[in-house]
Amino acid sequence: MAGLSLDLLALQIFTGLALGAVYVLLATGMSLIFGMLTVVNFAHGAFFALGAYAGFLVLALGGNFWLALLAVPIVTGLLGMAVEWGLVRHLYGRGIDDPLLLTFGLSYVLVELIRIFAGTQGLPFDTPDALAGAVDIGIGYFPLYRLFVIAMTVTILFLLWLFLERTRIGLIIRAGARDPEIMRVLGVDTGRVWRLVFGLGTAIAGLAGLLAAPLQGVSPEMGNAILADAFVVTVVGGMGSLAGAIIAGLLVGVIVSLTALFAPEAGDVAIFALMAVVLLIRPQGFFGRAGLMS
Amino acid sequence: MSAEHGRRMGRRGVLRTAAILAAGAPFATLRAEETPIRIGFPVPITGPYASEAADQVRAAEIAVAEFNQSGGLGGRRAELLVRDDKLDPGEAATRAIELIEKDRVDFIVGSLSASVQLAVNTVTKQRGVLYNSISQSDQIVSSPDWGPTTFHEAMTPHMTAGAVGRYAFEKLGKRVAYVAADYAYGHEMVAGFRAVGATMGAEELAEIKMPIGTRDFSTLMPRLQALRPDIVFLCNFGRDQQIFVKQAHDSGLKRTAHIVAPILLQTARIAGGAQAFAGVLGGTSYYWGIESEVASARAFNDRFRKAHDGRLPSDYGALGYSGVRAVLTAAAKAGSTETAKVAAVLAGMKYDFYKGPQFYRACDHQSVQSVFIIESKANGSVPEDVFNVLATVPGREDMLKTCAQEGLG
Repeated sequence: MAGLSLDLLALQIFTGLALGAVYVLLATGMSLIFGMLTVVNFAHGAFFALGAYAGFLVLALGGNFWLALLAVPIVTGLLGMAVEWGLVRHLYGRGIDDPLLLTFGLSYVLVELIRIFAGTQGLPFDTPDALAGAVDIGIGYFPLYRLFVIAMTVTILFLLWLFLERTRIGLIIRAGARDPEIMRVLGVDTGRVWRLVFGLGTAIAGLAGLLAAPLQGVSPEMGNAILADAFVVTVVGGMGSLAGAIIAGLLVGVIVSLTALFAPEAGDVAIFALMAVVLLIRPQGFFGRAGLMS
Repeated sequence: MSAEHGRRMGRRGVLRTAAILAAGAPFATLRAEETPIRIGFPVPITGPYASEAADQVRAAEIAVAEFNQSGGLGGRRAELLVRDDKLDPGEAATRAIELIEKDRVDFIVGSLSASVQLAVNTVTKQRGVLYNSISQSDQIVSSPDWGPTTFHEAMTPHMTAGAVGRYAFEKLGKRVAYVAADYAYGHEMVAGFRAVGATMGAEELAEIKMPIGTRDFSTLMPRLQALRPDIVFLCNFGRDQQIFVKQAHDSGLKRTAHIVAPILLQTARIAGGAQAFAGVLGGTSYYWGIESEVASARAFNDRFRKAHDGRLPSDYGALGYSGVRAVLTAAAKAGSTETAKVAAVLAGMKYDFYKGPQFYRACDHQSVQSVFIIESKANGSVPEDVFNVLATVPGREDMLKTCAQEGLG
């Protein structure tokens, strides 16, 4: 290709990493829920959209973007817990298909509710003033807000790691994932632990939606397309693996970006081709345990 | 379908039919007296073009209300049957078949995508139903897609890109890159720009095709910046257009290149915000701001304001109005809703509904009309006050491909 310089290639890869950051967030939430509860949450994209709309509401009510960053995960987290309590928990132990179908249907209900209350057309969402514009990062100009998204992703992942590895609740969650029966015998209310995990996953999904809003605006269907991408990331990384979600998310971002440089028409196909190859060579994904889906 | 029809007519209706049939009157006459004029209106209520579609419905309703207030067709009122085609050719074809077979519509007006309108047109052509398309396409007025019942109220990419291209190549530079939605609309617009560019010495640096409904264009920005074009022609539509402009603004692309959209959408501009769109140029079939100079525009805007809480119509919304009004006007003139009679009136019909003089060219039923060159402005007095009109290119037949070029000669 004419005019292909090292700077361009570097900037292209960096753009892909920034794109991957949103995938990582979404896939992390999905993987968290699957790894602990063996529930494939197909409503994850709807929570992503709900997060963006909740953020819009915060701004419309006079709040600012920073307040929304706090409020949105709380709202979508609580909503996720309510969904777990009201719907999902009744299907535990009934194989992988039932909760998948339930959340699939739920995603339609949630998106339709958004359409009813907020309209089918989508809403504008400005980049916060402090993060507007582009900065020179040495290899070219790059949108400041996308740097912020990368930083936020790193922060959230670090906090999640701290929570799971360094707190008492985190210890219970990890233990519960490994052997729920022993935990119940020890007197731990595993139902509450699952609810918390589900809420944590949807909180991260909502936050990802809010972070994506200034990049693309807000619309009812915004979660649908990205859910497919996030699902690819989760499968490639290995269902239930957080490390897999991170590495696969960044990889998918870079692949999408490089495809856009060399063969933009193939953008939609490239990541599914990646998934197909990974499934052929290593069906459980990069870091997944074999047999989890069966 | 037949059961429903029978139920609506009732026993007396059946007896009357029998009587009239016995008297030798055609069945169509009875239907004409009893049923309203039904206009099917498939548009993408959900999906990336939802804002534009919603406005098309608002405007089309005004055309129907006007027709009914003025007495309809000998007392026969008009009725708009809005359907969601979901921006999907298959869905649109299904809706169109339903509208014809089940709802028994007299005409179909609508659709908002080059590929979707072709799907609708295939259905209407087969069944001999009059279809007035309100979305851009060259193909629909060309062989083999065009048919005697096909009308095209929207502009064609050839005339739009022609007008916008001549302006842009002359004023903004010759080094160009294309970003196009990877379907008929994008391809036809790029072809339109290339045709003008070839005569004006333009240099093409790249053509980047992106899938429709793309949410992230950030991956295109490094390359577009590295190419250093004078102009980036943005040949996409709806939410895609809005997202591209926003992300181009964030990436600093506007520092080095002009962004020019063959169709710069009022709805996308409002949703995208003044800051992101500042300085973006483009073409349009209509901007409400021409009302200071065009009487019919003022009249249409006033009716729209009155019907919709002071809002102002958008470009594509207005096409919904003129598309429906044209068909109803022709039906009134023909004194009938029979396809052949209405089509005969429409072919060659001269009219000025909302943007100055227009007419349907007889050989391909393309509406010849003016193209406006607009620029997004920083701040306006009302939400819809978003563009400055830089130039008006009056409608002339030589802006169109000849019917021989379209394979209709």
